[in-house]
Amino acid sequence: MILQVKDLIVNYGVINAVKGVNFNINEGEIVSLIGANGAGKTTILKTISGLLKPKSGKIIYEGKAIQQQKAPKLVKAGISQVPEGRHIFSGLSVMENLQMGAFLIKDHQKIKQNFSEVFERFPILKQRARQDAATLSGGEQQMLAMGRALMANPKLILLDEPSMGLAPIFINEIFDIIKEINKHGTTVLLIEQNAKKALSISDRGYVLSTGKVQLSGSGTDLLANKEVQKAYLGG
Amino acid sequence: MQTIFQQIINGLSLGSIYALLALGYTMVYGIIKLINFAHGDIYMLGAFWGYYVINVWHFNFISALLSAMVVGAVSGVIIEYFAYRPLRHSPRIAALITAIGVSFLLENGMSYLFSSNTRDFPQIIKQVNYNIGGVLISNIQVLILVTACILMILLQVIIKKTKMGRAMRAVSVDPDAAELVGININWTISFTFALGSALAGAAGVLIGLYYNSIDPLMGMTPGIKAFVAAVLGGIGSVPGASVGGFLIGILETFFQSIGLSAYKDAVVYFVLIVILLIMPAGIFGKNAKEKV
Repeated sequence: MILQVKDLIVNYGVINAVKGVNFNINEGEIVSLIGANGAGKTTILKTISGLLKPKSGKIIYEGKAIQQQKAPKLVKAGISQVPEGRHIFSGLSVMENLQMGAFLIKDHQKIKQNFSEVFERFPILKQRARQDAATLSGGEQQMLAMGRALMANPKLILLDEPSMGLAPIFINEIFDIIKEINKHGTTVLLIEQNAKKALSISDRGYVLSTGKVQLSGSGTDLLANKEVQKAYLGG
Repeated sequence: MQTIFQQIINGLSLGSIYALLALGYTMVYGIIKLINFAHGDIYMLGAFWGYYVINVWHFNFISALLSAMVVGAVSGVIIEYFAYRPLRHSPRIAALITAIGVSFLLENGMSYLFSSNTRDFPQIIKQVNYNIGGVLISNIQVLILVTACILMILLQVIIKKTKMGRAMRAVSVDPDAAELVGININWTISFTFALGSALAGAAGVLIGLYYNSIDPLMGMTPGIKAFVAAVLGGIGSVPGASVGGFLIGILETFFQSIGLSAYKDAVVYFVLIVILLIMPAGIFGKNAKEKV
């Protein structure tokens, strides 16, 4: 098990956003957290990546409790988050954005290798390498945000709403890329409102509502589940 | 024609001092959205440091300048650590008021400890005037301009080409995302204060050489003018601060030369009002847009 979340309670401001959540991720899996807006998905992700501190509960990564650690340390340990809304560095070039992703890597050879891997996966980023990242389209920015996270060589990548606000053609591409990334050995935790798409590429999924896990199961089981269909898959 | 050239030369020397100061304002604003009103006082500390090391330890120009930059940097980092960091997540007005408080502390603290007398800054470099086609240029003016330009180029290289420079830019556009790629936010903010305050320390020594006199309150007016320069250039923009500094310097000397010396400060503040009314983003300011 690469990640284990135990009885996690997180307050977001004054709101008790996560009310005792349990789930786990095995190495090499794609796991989805699905649920409506306000179900606490993003809060969970931010807590895992170290941006938020939990009120109580544990997050165990590779056998160690990490819930009190800060984001930079976790990046070094192999957890990279692709935040909701992309959060690329505008004003910095595409190249510089990717360089920032490898901020903690000292080995120049390794950085070079990561660049060629990212450019191979996202050829468009190579074409736009010198451009200001803010001039990219939404889909390209999403690729840049994912490329930036991959530059850190993550073992576990956390994806927050990667398909949000994208044109349908980009959505399919992004999900294909997620499968690819996973095939190359990176474990994926995916948060999506597009539950159908997310579950169809996931090994397992957890359905969240109002800060709690309501259901869990394999991707295919959840897709077939009547309740899930009714609530999240549009009937 | 000669007068115009003469005023441009004078304006550029004074403007390069404002530019060095404005850079500190703009960088600190860029990264933590704080107008650091104590910035002018770091320039005063730099000038006093220069005064003492030249008089007491007989430093030459270069070592006085470099050591004043170190003193500036260290003071900037200390001020950020003790005064601003605890207020990082408080409303912006709290930090702003604290900045004014730090400014008063430095001004009155220095007056108390070292007396508020005006002192003659030691002239380590003998002034020589050159007459080029009727325009007088002193070696000090050239020195100020050249030093300021070298420092600004160095700063630009640090910001554009180094890893820390990229980290500074990343933190200023998106602190959360910066943290998620592994950047230590606190360290980057300290680094930004160090850079900006080092430039202020250097400006303090340069102004000592230029005007020959220093006192504990010397940072107030230039500090505010440099702030105006930063706003004119577009607060948060590094090239904007340099251009704004030179423009304010030239504007001020121009008004002096047409016999309106008494109004030279008023003119600068008037510029601030006009910019805020007409183009609040400044010359190089950008309007951020979110892309979907």
